[in-house]
Amino acid sequence: MDYDKLFQTLVNSATLGSTYALIALGYTIVYGILKLLNFAHGDVFMIGAYVGFGVLTVFGGAVDPSISIWLVLILMLLAAMACCAVLGVAIERFAYRPLRDAPRIAPLISALGVSFFLSYSVQLLFGAQHKTYDSFNMAGGKLYEPAVTVGSFTISWLRVITIVAAILLMVVLWYLVARTRIGKAMRATSIDRDAAAMMGIDIDRVIMFAFVLSGALAGAAGVLFALRTDIFPQMGFTPGLFAFTAAVIGGIGSIPGAMLGGILLGTVEALTVTYVTDWIGIPVGLSNLVIFSLLIVFMLIRPQGILGRPDITKV
Amino acid sequence: MSEGPRIGKDEWVARAGENIARNRLLRLFDRIPGWARLLAFVVGVALIPLITDDGYINAVVFDTLIFCLLAIGLNVVVGWGGLLDLGYIAFFGVGAYTYAILSSEKFDLHLTTPVVMVIAVVLGALLGFLVGLPSWRLVGDYLAIVTLFVYQIFISIVTNGHDLFGVDLTGGVNGIANLDPFDFFGLQIPVSHEGIFNSNYVYVALAVFVAVFVALYLVNHSRIGRSWRALREDTLAAELMGMPTDWLKLLAFAFGAAVAALTGSLFASLKVGVFPETFSLTLLITVYAMVILGGVGSQTGAVLGAVAVYVFLEALRDPDVSGWVFYVSIVLALLFLVRPRWMVAIVLAATAAFGFVVHAVVGAIDDSWTAGAPPDSDRITRLLDSWVAIPANPGDAKTLAYVSLVALLLFVTTLKGVWRWAALVPTLYLAAFVWENVLSLQPDVTRFVLLGAMLVGVMVTRPSGVLGEHRVEIV
Repeated sequence: MDYDKLFQTLVNSATLGSTYALIALGYTIVYGILKLLNFAHGDVFMIGAYVGFGVLTVFGGAVDPSISIWLVLILMLLAAMACCAVLGVAIERFAYRPLRDAPRIAPLISALGVSFFLSYSVQLLFGAQHKTYDSFNMAGGKLYEPAVTVGSFTISWLRVITIVAAILLMVVLWYLVARTRIGKAMRATSIDRDAAAMMGIDIDRVIMFAFVLSGALAGAAGVLFALRTDIFPQMGFTPGLFAFTAAVIGGIGSIPGAMLGGILLGTVEALTVTYVTDWIGIPVGLSNLVIFSLLIVFMLIRPQGILGRPDITKV
Repeated sequence: MSEGPRIGKDEWVARAGENIARNRLLRLFDRIPGWARLLAFVVGVALIPLITDDGYINAVVFDTLIFCLLAIGLNVVVGWGGLLDLGYIAFFGVGAYTYAILSSEKFDLHLTTPVVMVIAVVLGALLGFLVGLPSWRLVGDYLAIVTLFVYQIFISIVTNGHDLFGVDLTGGVNGIANLDPFDFFGLQIPVSHEGIFNSNYVYVALAVFVAVFVALYLVNHSRIGRSWRALREDTLAAELMGMPTDWLKLLAFAFGAAVAALTGSLFASLKVGVFPETFSLTLLITVYAMVILGGVGSQTGAVLGAVAVYVFLEALRDPDVSGWVFYVSIVLALLFLVRPRWMVAIVLAATAAFGFVVHAVVGAIDDSWTAGAPPDSDRITRLLDSWVAIPANPGDAKTLAYVSLVALLLFVTTLKGVWRWAALVPTLYLAAFVWENVLSLQPDVTRFVLLGAMLVGVMVTRPSGVLGEHRVEIV
């Protein structure tokens, strides 16, 4: 058994998984309150990556920034989070709020429309070609140097940053949801919206706050994700799909569930790409086939997810 | 739309309200019997190849019929069954690949098309059954996500299908090329006839369309169709009435999938080849837009939606026509949304005046801001040229204008009374500016931007679609 390879795969899965978890949290927060599968969330994540790119360009690019690259990275994260929070609120206000009492298919279709609109708008304005943060040359290649070394096994700065940032954001989120007044209102709304309204909770404000949180997390995830890959207008689709699945696997509506699901899904993806395709004897390109088949089987066995409660149908 | 939960509002009252709100024209349209509408449609389509030899127009008619078929197939699953199937395009792809494999040089099989179609339908229905199985345990969003996985599996199989356990089945990203043309037991219909599109394909597609339309109509008015509606309205109640709900869901999936697969094989018979990227998510959302805009649950609505959306998308592709389509749709939208109607004239006049002033002021400050007009000019462009500012080098102004337009449009919807009319004037001008400087330059992207915006707009103003009379609830 090649332990180095296994460890490397596990580190990969933690990086991938923490990004998925951030996006999944956005899905789960919104779903918990509105019972709406927010199809546009993956595209909000994509916008976050583009905002980060914009900030990077304003400060002179990755190789020769006008201020410290670490400061630029922090600004990129903050700008992406702010823009995506505003975007999330705007999407809710104009595309979902008028449909709150409509049949459930209406907001879903509206969400598909928003997703379409966002990704094609970006393509219209910035072109379909892939762009890159050029993180390989950021701070003289520092991001790819080992930060942690245990024997022959290393973790690069890039991965450390991604994982630490994701954990920090999750701690902040946990604090907001578990320890603040608005967080309490959110939890109450997710259990029973009508009852919460009758207790004097301003539902519109709670829903807006949920979209602020979900947008900010997606924005941060966009920047962190884009440090490792290219950005392009349709980049939000696959991570969005995986993250939604992560939220479902963890138990949709459950915040620890989304984190757990994200990590789990990252692990499954990394292990499948590295090992499973090899065992079965199929090309790596078909790893999606294995992953999605596994997910379908999981959804059939435990649709409510690991930490979720089963839906009870009331007549 | 009122805020918060509506308590004590009876469903029947709500529906009666909707019926009264239905436009008088629509009610007149409702009164035409179904067979007469179908006949009018068939005759209308059949006449087009007789009137014009233009290969492009006939090809558009063929593609429109393909989309009509896809839309009425999807309507079975989503509109009648109330099941959100996001894997629908996979079945279309299966049909197309079935044709490509059974009727090309690839494996040197050259089956006659009707046989291929039967195989495609059977294969599609079987796969539909299979994909429908999760609907026994999963509903709503969960089902949607599982069907989306199925779509992903399909895409990953066809893109990697050049090496499936050592067999080259689908040709991978390069797809399968050199397909046989439509072949009816030896009677071949060549794709092009003396260099232009063979209009006989229109008749083939029309025949298939009529057959499918009538078959689905009959199914909808049979026991099965009635049970589907019961299932859609209330699964639990339907089950208590003794309906085999699980089987009904599978049947809905199978019917939809069979129609999609049949359409796929018809589609492939015309094309030179099939490629994975044809079966994109964009295609899926386009078909959804057709069904939704027409009105979920209405077969006529699906057909009209398909025709309207496809013709709209094609018209936007042609630079000569797209400008007209854009400006005329804006005026139509104003006529539809603005009350009282005479207000439209005032708003348009104000916008025109506003435009000339802005153009004059901007031109006086800096010549280059109005210097970028295209050299070729017909009447409309010449008129527009002295109205819309077209900078010689727009640069970042494009992005800024686009984002402000979206923000301004959303802002206008929140305003009331006089302020709304006042804000509408600069918004319309900005829309014209964005159209001339951004949108009209990239028609292939613009069409989908507008389609997305249209989906949201229609949903927000009329959640049941333009012709929809049913409140379709996904189970």
